[in-house]
Amino acid sequence: MPTMTGAELIVRMLERQGIRIIAGIPGGANLPLYDAVGQSETLRHVLARHEQGAGFIAQGMARATGRPAVFLATSGPGATNALTALADAKLDSVPVVCITGQVPRAMIGTDAFQEVDTYGMSIPLTKHNFLVRSAAHLLEIIPEAFRIAVSGRPGPVLVDVPKDVQCEAVSFERWPEPAAADSPPDFAAAAVERAAGLINGAERPVLYLGGGVVHAGAAALAVQLAEKASIPTTMTLMGLGTMPVDHPLSLGMLGMHAARSTNFALEECDLLIAAAARFDDRATGKVAAFCPQATIVHIDIDHSELGKIKAAHTGLVGDVGKVLEALLPRIEDNPREEWLARIGELRRAFPFEMPGAGDVRTPYGLIAEAARHLDDTAIIATDVGQHQMWVAQAYPLRRPRQWLTSGGLGTMGFGLPAAIGASLACPGRRVVCFSGDGSLLMNVQELVTAVEENVNVKIIVMDNRSLGLVHQQQDLFYGHRIFASDYRVATDFCAVARGFGMRSADLGTARDPAGLLAEALAAPGPCLIHAPIDVNQKVYPMVPPGAANRDMLASEPMPA
Amino acid sequence: MSIATESTAISALPRTVLELTVRNHPGVMSHVCGLFSRRAYNVEGILCMAFGDGSLSHIWLLVNEDARLDQMIKQTEKLHDVRTVRRRPATHEVFTQLEAFFRE
Repeated sequence: MPTMTGAELIVRMLERQGIRIIAGIPGGANLPLYDAVGQSETLRHVLARHEQGAGFIAQGMARATGRPAVFLATSGPGATNALTALADAKLDSVPVVCITGQVPRAMIGTDAFQEVDTYGMSIPLTKHNFLVRSAAHLLEIIPEAFRIAVSGRPGPVLVDVPKDVQCEAVSFERWPEPAAADSPPDFAAAAVERAAGLINGAERPVLYLGGGVVHAGAAALAVQLAEKASIPTTMTLMGLGTMPVDHPLSLGMLGMHAARSTNFALEECDLLIAAAARFDDRATGKVAAFCPQATIVHIDIDHSELGKIKAAHTGLVGDVGKVLEALLPRIEDNPREEWLARIGELRRAFPFEMPGAGDVRTPYGLIAEAARHLDDTAIIATDVGQHQMWVAQAYPLRRPRQWLTSGGLGTMGFGLPAAIGASLACPGRRVVCFSGDGSLLMNVQELVTAVEENVNVKIIVMDNRSLGLVHQQQDLFYGHRIFASDYRVATDFCAVARGFGMRSADLGTARDPAGLLAEALAAPGPCLIHAPIDVNQKVYPMVPPGAANRDMLASEPMPA
Repeated sequence: MSIATESTAISALPRTVLELTVRNHPGVMSHVCGLFSRRAYNVEGILCMAFGDGSLSHIWLLVNEDARLDQMIKQTEKLHDVRTVRRRPATHEVFTQLEAFFRE
């Protein structure tokens, strides 16, 4: 009969679960756990410099592989720092398990040193959470945490473990089985028939792919459906990569910063097939005006998504891959020449413009030049802001899990640690993180983590010395009153990189910036690439917040 | 969150009683109540009691039937500590019998 401490039990169960890398930071309340991690022969620990960084490193691992990832934090500030990464994982449905230390059971509720109500605070931003009351409970809770994280719609789970529970000895008969995902819910054959009938009968359908297609590993099936019935296909920010962007049926991203032709196609469609997408407001614009003529087929594994924003005429609760498998044999081949010709017309009438695409000193030019040196095996991470939207618009994303971005929560500071996590989980791949000067500063301390782990991560910082997307909105919608969005002091990012022991390349002072970019991308190991850009460059097109997608601003408004 | 103080007869919106079967542990009320409070969905009455061997509890919620109720029920069903959610009429005796305790 095995006997061990709660801490050792956690470590053994993580190992049995197949976890090989964990990120985190030790502190008073999780030292017993850290002592056990330190003695593990299989776990590799990655020391982050902030718990939010640890959380995003775990997310990077999970997003790049689809497998659950783990991070550790201590009680109090360690736990509060972890919360943003958990909230981010909740909104983008990423399976991470966070194990926090807590003050000993007898001290809970006494305002003990570094005590916060981690359990209470994490309720609304996790899929589920646990406060472990005895070491024996860990035998159920740890596998249950993983089962919940990966089943159905994935999400983050927090396990709060008081220090004395970590030290408590426990004897048990048998190891619990490592967790596996529950089988997805069954769906009604009749609903599949109805959906197939709607697709076969539609004249102007659009397929709308969300991040759930990535989670379900259903990208190939979605492309098959589109091809079989010649259905133009748009993707949400989270769904980018599910259909290669240069596929003839790809309309690219929809919504706030989509190509105008894409939003106009949605305006005209008579059937919208929403596959594991959740009608986020950045995608739909003003909901009442979104796809006003369309019948809606909505496929989602989370039954609460059906009818949450937009009522579906046919709703299918199930794994999107399984639903597509059932749907495909019922779909008639259809060349749909008229609708595709109309899409072509829209594209010609409203071409997507990328000003400066030939010049590496502009955002579009920089992205194109970087893409020229990378193949589809590379992983592209971003932070949040203008650079994120430019990359979403312009980078040739061609496979699921190629693209790591903070969609739902829009967390500045996501990019660098997520890129580190992706690189740790996929050491054979090159990882490029596009960031902005505002975003990078929000988790800049993880530069040293990248150096310490010697990950093959290149950080391209588009530096406009401002919070660019705020600057853009103030300029467009707040009477040009630029306030608190421009940095009065310029950060010397190359010096910052040097301070953390990282190589850097400054495209701003280079005589041959394209050559320097190529060189920096090719060299192994981490490197910061500083790319100054013009603060007045804006992301276009843009749907003003609250407006309908049809009312996009195409470019700089004419002076009044 | 307010305790049931008014009879269903004077409510503007029709009401309904949700009967939840939940795992009985100290965090479950937070999970359920938090779901309603963070959506500013008022709970007009609430009762919770363990049954059987004490591993499960029933929670009864008296709520207004506003347009968000279906979504609230779906969200409640998603909570991992919630086993079942049943919709009962507002005349469910668990609250009508309690009215005597809530007179001014």
